[in-house]
Amino acid sequence: MGFLEVTLTLLSGFKTTFFIFIATLLLSLPLGLIITFGSMCRFLPIKILVRTFVWIIRGTPLMLQIILVFYGPGLLWDMDAMARTTAVLIAFVVNYSAYFSEIYRGGIESVSKGQYEAGQVLGLTKVQVFFRIVLFQVIKRIVPPMSNEIITLVKDTSLARIIAVEEIIMVAQRYISAKALIWPLFYSGAFYLIFCGLLTILFWFIEKKLDYYHS
Amino acid sequence: MAILEVKNIHKNFGKTKVLKGVSFSMEKSEVVAILGSSGSGKTTLLRCINFLETADKGQILVEGKPIFDASDKRKKSASEIRDMQLNFGMVFQSFNLFPQYSALENVMLAPKLLAKERADFRQNKKQIYKEIEQTCIQLLDRVGLSQKLSNYPCELSGGQQQRVSIARALALNPKVLFFDEPTSALDPELTGEILKVIRDLARKQMTMIIVTHEIEFARNVADRIIFMDGGVVVEEGAPQYVIDNPQNERTRAFLSKLSER
Ligand SMILES: Nc1ncnc2c1ncn2[C@@H]1O[C@H](COP(=O)(O)OP(=O)(O)OP(=O)(O)O)[C@@H](O)[C@H]1O
Ligand SMILES: [Mg+2]
Repeated sequence: MGFLEVTLTLLSGFKTTFFIFIATLLLSLPLGLIITFGSMCRFLPIKILVRTFVWIIRGTPLMLQIILVFYGPGLLWDMDAMARTTAVLIAFVVNYSAYFSEIYRGGIESVSKGQYEAGQVLGLTKVQVFFRIVLFQVIKRIVPPMSNEIITLVKDTSLARIIAVEEIIMVAQRYISAKALIWPLFYSGAFYLIFCGLLTILFWFIEKKLDYYHS
Repeated sequence: MAILEVKNIHKNFGKTKVLKGVSFSMEKSEVVAILGSSGSGKTTLLRCINFLETADKGQILVEGKPIFDASDKRKKSASEIRDMQLNFGMVFQSFNLFPQYSALENVMLAPKLLAKERADFRQNKKQIYKEIEQTCIQLLDRVGLSQKLSNYPCELSGGQQQRVSIARALALNPKVLFFDEPTSALDPELTGEILKVIRDLARKQMTMIIVTHEIEFARNVADRIIFMDGGVVVEEGAPQYVIDNPQNERTRAFLSKLSER
């Protein structure tokens, strides 16, 4: 079994890994913001509903959520099973939106009331205050916790194998049963390591960019 | 005609009655200093006038036109409140500069956004922005910061930050400028530079209301002193009366406590 061949096979598994990662990221970033607005809503029923939802999502294992999304509809309503990748994506997006929403909320709440009031007495509209004054300060504050969460997401993608989605770990594991080879499994760790390394550099760069002031 | 008239303002926070019927009026170019012990409702009064709080009762008039009437139950739209708000400028105790913008950007932000609503904005955008920039640079020069235009708030001393925030408030040409203890967050050696700027504004006929604990400053710069206690105005008049010859028992107690410090 050649090294190159294993590498190429693992790379094809990593494609799925990367797809789960990037699709989850792109969908949960905005969805998280919507959840944030819900959990900060002044209308109490919505706020309670959204916070309960966040509690459930954060309070149960992602692995269970994936299984539930994949098998749940079939068991409950006798529906056809959905595509495995779709199920994984739904579970991941919902889960990560909930986490992101809490980070956003922390960021928004950390901006002092004085910033809003200064904007208001200068005649800015609520929308202008949010986009011109608050948002940038929020972004600066959430970059470190977000980078943490996003790097966790890279490794969480391996949970997809629980419903047999062919991501890199699953592909690597197959070498054990088929060829009695264990090293491809360990080798797969290098893919994560390199990818997370690149992300770390990217976040470091963003943090640096935003570091021209401190408050 | 009075430029600002405040009539019978009441404000409660839950069960706490903070303002219990405050009335006063002021003329154009007048400088009024509000004195009073901690908790007497000075900040709350300024916040009610500036629409940061909604008074429970009372009216506020600018140049004879009512801009606020608590008995008017029709809910004002955000844009109506904003138009009213633009009559006033406010300088906060804690500056509240926008940390991500340079000194000049802090001053230009509001005028630039406001300019977008002008009918000729599309055609003359460049020209309009240029004029705004020029005006704002002049304002910063006026408060002695022409060397600090591109510095961020975190690179400025407290006194310099407060001067930026004064320039920022002036940039919208308010009819009345409010100060809530503008020097309280500053080291004593920095208060002088702020007081100098305010004195300079007074000389240029700016209409101002200043909440302060600096008695000497109030005596020098204010045309009139308003002394508040327990949510009401207990005494008002020229500094030589209220500060040097107070008639009210509570004013006397407050002043003697201050001079003990
Ligand atoms: N948002 C609020 N909620 C509840 N109570 C408040 C609120 N704002 C002010 N108060 C109360 O109103 C009273 C007057 O407060 P205010 O800040 O107006 O006093 P002040 O005269 O400005 O005092 P200081 O000289 O200490 O600044 C205080 O007893 C304060 O606890
Ligand atoms: Mg106060």
